[in-house]
Amino acid sequence: MRIVVLTKPVPDPAAAAERLTADGRLDRAASPAVINGNDEYVLEAALKLVEAHGGEVTLLSMAPANGVETMRKGLAMGAHRGVLVTDPALVGSDQWSTVQVLVAALGELEYDLVLAGFDTSDGVGGVVGAAVATRLKMPYLSSAAKIEPNPDAGTVRVRRISATGFDVLEAPMPALVVGTQLLGEPRYPSLKGIMAARSKEVVTRSLADLGLDAGAVGGAASRTKVTGQQKPPARGATQVVRGTPEEGAKAIADLLASRRLI
Amino acid sequence: MAAGTIWVVAETNADGTLAKSSTEVATLARTLANAAGGEAAGIVVARNPKAAAEELAGYLPRVVTIAEPAADGNAWAQIAAQRAAAILASEAPAAGLTGAGPDGRDVAGTLSALLERPVLVNATAVSWDGGPAVEMSAFGGKLVTTSAFADGEWGIVTVRPNVVTAEKAGAAGRVESAKAGGDLALPVVKVVERIEEAAAALPIEEARIIVAGGRGVGGEDGFRLVEEIAQELGGAVGATRAAVDSGWIPYAQQIGQTGKIVKPQLYLALGISGAIQHKVGMQTAGTIIGVNRDPDAPIAEFADLVVVGDLFEVGKALLAELRSRG
Repeated sequence: MRIVVLTKPVPDPAAAAERLTADGRLDRAASPAVINGNDEYVLEAALKLVEAHGGEVTLLSMAPANGVETMRKGLAMGAHRGVLVTDPALVGSDQWSTVQVLVAALGELEYDLVLAGFDTSDGVGGVVGAAVATRLKMPYLSSAAKIEPNPDAGTVRVRRISATGFDVLEAPMPALVVGTQLLGEPRYPSLKGIMAARSKEVVTRSLADLGLDAGAVGGAASRTKVTGQQKPPARGATQVVRGTPEEGAKAIADLLASRRLI
Repeated sequence: MAAGTIWVVAETNADGTLAKSSTEVATLARTLANAAGGEAAGIVVARNPKAAAEELAGYLPRVVTIAEPAADGNAWAQIAAQRAAAILASEAPAAGLTGAGPDGRDVAGTLSALLERPVLVNATAVSWDGGPAVEMSAFGGKLVTTSAFADGEWGIVTVRPNVVTAEKAGAAGRVESAKAGGDLALPVVKVVERIEEAAAALPIEEARIIVAGGRGVGGEDGFRLVEEIAQELGGAVGATRAAVDSGWIPYAQQIGQTGKIVKPQLYLALGISGAIQHKVGMQTAGTIIGVNRDPDAPIAEFADLVVVGDLFEVGKALLAELRSRG
């Protein structure tokens, strides 16, 4: 099994230090980066699959040059190698550009499966996977709670979360699968893994390496623009009640009644 | 200059009725078309699109149906997107709208790639200013950004559930059927089995009131109290990731970054600290009440009311109080 996992470095939500620059771009210097949470679930699934079937996991990111540091955590978890597409011209890329870049980078790799997380904690779009699969005319299986390849048959089954339970989908490989938290808790890197990650290969590719024109993708070619940013409306003051459970219950019921919620 | 048509690609429920999110997106499309001086129209792609299309025509002046046999028994979104793309390509679209749920995202991503169009995602509000002006909640709700397509572009917008109140139009629109033209170019993904799970009585995305439990609830038994309070208030039961990971409650009821984003009128949080990963899923609720032992828990920074105490003691007292008020 050759598996490519799309990972995105995102500002650490727990650090809560995110901000935009004046021109509406993410201020990457302001906030430490981590691997996007949903990407860790699919990476964990990929690692389990190669443990069961043999093979190799490649991480693919489009990020600033220091994205290699974030990628090291994925390598420490057990991924075998990384490909980082980085280019100053990519700063300010929109989803459209991201898709073009990932498609070009995947064109240089061999794989049975491409895995992507349900969405990213910074953009919350969840549309890149479908667009990449469409461009590559690859079977697309999304909202995966379980991924079961059958390498002998050359097919993959995915348990997709539906409104009423699950749909079991099946398609030939290579296929692109978008996965969810239900794939299971990601492992922590072991000390051995962290040591091993230092010597794992991370290949860096520029737009020129991928045969892409900096005028056609990246910040200069962005087809969306941020036109404004504002603080959300502040919530009112918090009333804090300490006392007996009955007093607490009465405070809740009083508030519900005053707002016509009961 | 008259704007073109604002298109909605509708989603249907398993029983063929129109998805609630599509009634919201359709209402938004109609409002935007009014502001833009253009048209609003919907597309329903299904094996039997008639029922959902008639429902959608309650919200939009024009609905195009495509009866697509392949939409049944296969993964729906990419098939629908291909049929919708053919219609959008032959008209003069001003924008394409979908829901931001799992199916809507898949449709939007596929449409974007097929039509080579940009996407703006997860809108919390949309107005019209020569094109869609799309508000998004960024960085866990710390910032609201407004985005637009570049000059001369039209694109696809995904709209978050529960940010628009669905309202029917004064008169029902017309329903017309279009032929499903040509082969499907993208690989068809088969559904080989459907697994029905015992669902919560009320889906949390649609609930007016949510009573949610976190790590502090302590176990499946503890969730019985959460359920009892939810039932008394006529609401749904939600949970944090910690409670879901512990196996106390299904993933479908998880609220937060890797779960669902909800906007009920009341959010009653029992034993929930309000960490950022949970907060992003519920912070726009109308009224937020927390019951927590720790007065310094993050929820105290954004709740309307925090009761400091044991959630079981306060919860039981609350049940008694609610019942006594009848």
